[in-house]
Amino acid sequence: MLEIDKLTLSLGPRHWQFDLSLNTHGIYALLGRSGSGKSTLLNLIAGFMHPDKGDIRWQGESLLSLEPAERPVTSLFQQQNLFNHLTVRQNVGLGIDPGLKLSDRQILAIQSVLEDVGLAGHENKLPGSLSGGEQQRVALARSLLRRRPILLLDEPFSALDALTRQEMTALLRQLIETYKPCVIMVTHDEDDATAMQAEVLRLVDGRITREG
Amino acid sequence: MSTRWPWWASGTAALLIIAAMTLLPLAAMLAQAGAIDWQGIANNTYLLRVIRFSLYQALASTVLALLSAIPVALALSHKPTFPGRSLIVSLFSLSLVIPTIVAIYGIVAVFGRTGWLNEFLALSDIKPLAFYGLPGILIAHVFFNMPLAARILLNSLESIPADNWRLCRQLGMTPWTIFRHLEWHRMKHQLPALALLIFTLCFTSFAIVMTLGGGPRSTTIEVAIYQALRFDFDITLAVSLACVQLLICLSLMALSTVLRHDNSMGFDIYKMGQNSKSDTGQDDPRQGLWPGTTWNLIHGGILVIGIVFVLLPLLALVLSSFNGKTLSVLLDTTTLSALSNTVAVSLTAACLSVTLGLALLQSTRHLRIRLARERMGQWLQLTGNIILVLPPLVLGTGLFLLLRPLADVFSIALILVIMINSLMALPFVLRILETPMMNAASAQDRLLRSLGIQGWNRWRHIDWPQLRKPLALSLALSATLSAGDLSAIALFGSERVRTLPLLLYQRMGSYRLEEAAVTAGILLLTCLLLFAAIQWLIGGKERAGN
Repeated sequence: MLEIDKLTLSLGPRHWQFDLSLNTHGIYALLGRSGSGKSTLLNLIAGFMHPDKGDIRWQGESLLSLEPAERPVTSLFQQQNLFNHLTVRQNVGLGIDPGLKLSDRQILAIQSVLEDVGLAGHENKLPGSLSGGEQQRVALARSLLRRRPILLLDEPFSALDALTRQEMTALLRQLIETYKPCVIMVTHDEDDATAMQAEVLRLVDGRITREG
Repeated sequence: MSTRWPWWASGTAALLIIAAMTLLPLAAMLAQAGAIDWQGIANNTYLLRVIRFSLYQALASTVLALLSAIPVALALSHKPTFPGRSLIVSLFSLSLVIPTIVAIYGIVAVFGRTGWLNEFLALSDIKPLAFYGLPGILIAHVFFNMPLAARILLNSLESIPADNWRLCRQLGMTPWTIFRHLEWHRMKHQLPALALLIFTLCFTSFAIVMTLGGGPRSTTIEVAIYQALRFDFDITLAVSLACVQLLICLSLMALSTVLRHDNSMGFDIYKMGQNSKSDTGQDDPRQGLWPGTTWNLIHGGILVIGIVFVLLPLLALVLSSFNGKTLSVLLDTTTLSALSNTVAVSLTAACLSVTLGLALLQSTRHLRIRLARERMGQWLQLTGNIILVLPPLVLGTGLFLLLRPLADVFSIALILVIMINSLMALPFVLRILETPMMNAASAQDRLLRSLGIQGWNRWRHIDWPQLRKPLALSLALSATLSAGDLSAIALFGSERVRTLPLLLYQRMGSYRLEEAAVTAGILLLTCLLLFAAIQWLIGGKERAGN
């Protein structure tokens, strides 16, 4: 269970208080207008920002004192997930070893996760030669390979066209079935939430309300 | 709006003026030289040594400047939020504004034979370090180009998206992997063009080599041209040197058009009052990537060395300009007339330069945007960069030869200096104004035409608000460059006509150091005041969201 316990943060005139508890294998869509602070919540969970007060606990243990790399969290950003001078395999491999010294077993693991996202055969390509949807799938493969139980998606499909978006949603559904992470997806599109069969969290005026 | 000038009028006028100011002198020079004995050049050991030294010192300066700029840029990028950071960044942006000859005075005061460094070393009985010749030239070139390079590299590091830093933190990357995968790749693309820029600046540098070079062993082509003209009056030698210089500059320029794939070396770095991007310190995505005391010490050490190196000469200058002679120099008529000459030259040259620049851009943007003749527009615009292949001393030589039969060259010295200085500032003016001029036209051109907003209304409501800042910046920068220039006035100046840079050079040359210090102080103050006042008067107040 991911517990967000009276987590407060003030940035200038803006003020948030988050209070939530989420299931270990739940799928949540975080909706809100632009500037409402959706990404702020993800940044707090991932450790890129620090709250003024409150606590974040995963399976009962507080995350606040942990560095981003030590948290049970992996993120997929809107864009800029890949390093353009590294091949697909290397980009995914960064998820296991940031120094890129990969053993044979690790290369096999990369292979298998690339197959999961439907990119087998693209291992040695550079990101520049892939489409936007394929690039996001590489980044998704890396997130999955890290085997962290919490997956944060920050508008991962907003830069993609409608058709690619549908494909990605279907792929993501299927991968969540397999890997069973706790997913929080930021979006401003209700349809995304429906397609993902996610529970909707609404962020209004710095507070979260749950729906159905 | 009954009579409209055709679109090509302004560009053609500017083109003709530029051509008259450059091609005629060039022709005069070539005619005068008659047949150049190329065989003789190839066998002239003095010339060969000068050419070799010019290239060698430029190469060494470039390598040193880049090697010192990279750690400084990284340290500034790694520490995005410490107090005083924006001040340091602004300090680093000043290297074009500070007149070369002024900085030289400060550098001599710190690193020279009797400077602070050697006094400090003498305390522990270490013999004074050699300064004049190559060491002095290298120190001065690094002083000017390290901050420039650091600033440009910092710009490219700052363009790394925040999510990339977050990714590094989440993946637990070490500083070395971050450097290898992220930072080096950003900087790598910038380096060839940057190295070429610094190489060209050092290769054509005049004031530094003239003051700090030690005799014929360390002379560059620029200085050799000056000596051939002013001292030996050997026009054939001057012309053959000028031809060699022209050839090398042309090939450097050709190389730079190949290398420049992006335009990130813009002049945004001179915008005033920027750099308040992250208002919440703790949340900069780079925080925590270089943890621990060791990294703090490394970053702190690099920054302190970099700042001390840049600040110490300026400090030495400011301190020494208050001495027993301060008042008498300030009231001295020679100083005052040089001051008024300087201000007159700089303002006139700035206006001329910006007028030429606007006239060229007015036509090129019509070519590029409405007629979609991109290439032709760019060619027309390139003419404004002619001074980059035709260095001021070469141009000056030509003007001298062209006008000598017609007038007393030394009595119209200021006019010639204004012409040369305005051409020298033109490449900067074009770089600053190009993008805003294009944006003002392209982004809303169709919208404005469909709304029927044109002529005066368009200028008042649309163009002027968008252009006033870049216009002010280009005026300020060209005024400052002209006020601090020594090369043109060194050629045409005399007992009768002097500007502050020349006066300073002469006072330094005759070892009247106290007077020189005050003169340097006045010149520095003049340049900073011109730079700030023009931007303030024309650029207007900072707007919200800018």
